[in-house]
Amino acid sequence: MRAWNEFIKGFWSENPVFRLVLGLCPTLAVTTSAINGIGMGLATTFVLACSNLVISLLRSIIPKKVRIPAFIVTIATFVTIVDLVMNGYFHALHKSLGLFIPLIVVNCIILGRAEAFASKNSVWISLIDGLGMGLGFTLSLVFLGSIRELFGNGSIFGVGIFGSGFVPLLLMILPPGAFIVLGIMLGLMNKVEIALAEKQGRTPMIRKKHDCATCVLNQKWFDFGPDTDEAHGLKTK
Amino acid sequence: MKEIFRLCMVLTVIAAISAGVLAFVNQETAEPIAKAELEEKMAAVRAILPEFDNEPDKDMVTIKMENGEEVEIYRGRKDGGIVGVAFEVVAPDGYSGDIRFMVGVNIDGVVQGIAILKHLETPGLGAKITEADFKDRYRGKSLGDPENWAVTKDGGTFVPITGATISSRAITKATHKGLEFFKQNRSEIIAEKDKGGDQQR
Repeated sequence: MRAWNEFIKGFWSENPVFRLVLGLCPTLAVTTSAINGIGMGLATTFVLACSNLVISLLRSIIPKKVRIPAFIVTIATFVTIVDLVMNGYFHALHKSLGLFIPLIVVNCIILGRAEAFASKNSVWISLIDGLGMGLGFTLSLVFLGSIRELFGNGSIFGVGIFGSGFVPLLLMILPPGAFIVLGIMLGLMNKVEIALAEKQGRTPMIRKKHDCATCVLNQKWFDFGPDTDEAHGLKTK
Repeated sequence: MKEIFRLCMVLTVIAAISAGVLAFVNQETAEPIAKAELEEKMAAVRAILPEFDNEPDKDMVTIKMENGEEVEIYRGRKDGGIVGVAFEVVAPDGYSGDIRFMVGVNIDGVVQGIAILKHLETPGLGAKITEADFKDRYRGKSLGDPENWAVTKDGGTFVPITGATISSRAITKATHKGLEFFKQNRSEIIAEKDKGGDQQR
């Protein structure tokens, strides 16, 4: 049950893009089409799951003082593996994602999960967390990519939807479109969350006291506190 | 002091293991990457040469340009005679960065097609240079036909992509430059260097 909760939280309650608002550089840049979203999302998922696994394995060996360089070296290794393998076997996709593959290294979701989760939890749960977060990220990218591709190019996954008479709204696949769609999505998600919470009789996540472990504003950032539900802001009593 | 040593050791070991893993992966993927890149280039060559029956990647000559750069020229043959060649040109004035593409011409210097290899143009605008609809605008053109190799905005005959005049202009100019390069070096390009004056013209 714990594993399922850790897996599913990446999709809604702690969705990296729409809830934690992390990793926005690739989110804004590559979501010009749905297929780019899938490619980027799956590459990130692979790196996230692998780095979570290794970091959680090494969590008792890595000294606290050098943990960030140790995490980054681990993450960079997996990113380079993805980069090379993709270049060799999925050449076309690698070309369309271009520079953004190496940049997965600096995607703050990955370091964030290593720091906030994998360095404090068992191997199995960390792997599940990485997969859930990665797939939640993938889903968000595909969603954003589909909307932008639909309005900006009249298609989804390259399949025409509106027919030839449609004049594409180019703005949507240009950089401003990314901000506009993301902003509207964040607003709508908050709206839905508030309505949902009211129905279920709980405090909406966005109204909760701000003490998320991944947040730099949190005082616990430099202190490995107990890994309780309260520390994650999950308890509602 | 002891702690510093320990920190260094841990980081060194982690970095060394990473380096080992990456060396292995690099070695394993070097061949597929080289193959994928060659395949990509050859797919472009196949698309822009007139009908041929040889292997252009094995029938290649290099021409040295004035600035010292070497251009690889892939020659397509039918029944032994050269029917057309394909070579890479670079448009340095794309909207964002160089546009590298291949131009295919027949032996009379008429464009048979162009194929984009690498570009960083804006998705939805400049990136449309990779679409057949745009690339076909150059097929059948040669130096002198049309007289003015420029986009309509500059008084030429090539209709640019809507909203991507800069990208279209860059391709037009680079294709023109490629044709001039072919004209200047034509004799050298289609010379039968490797066959030593046999019956082919």
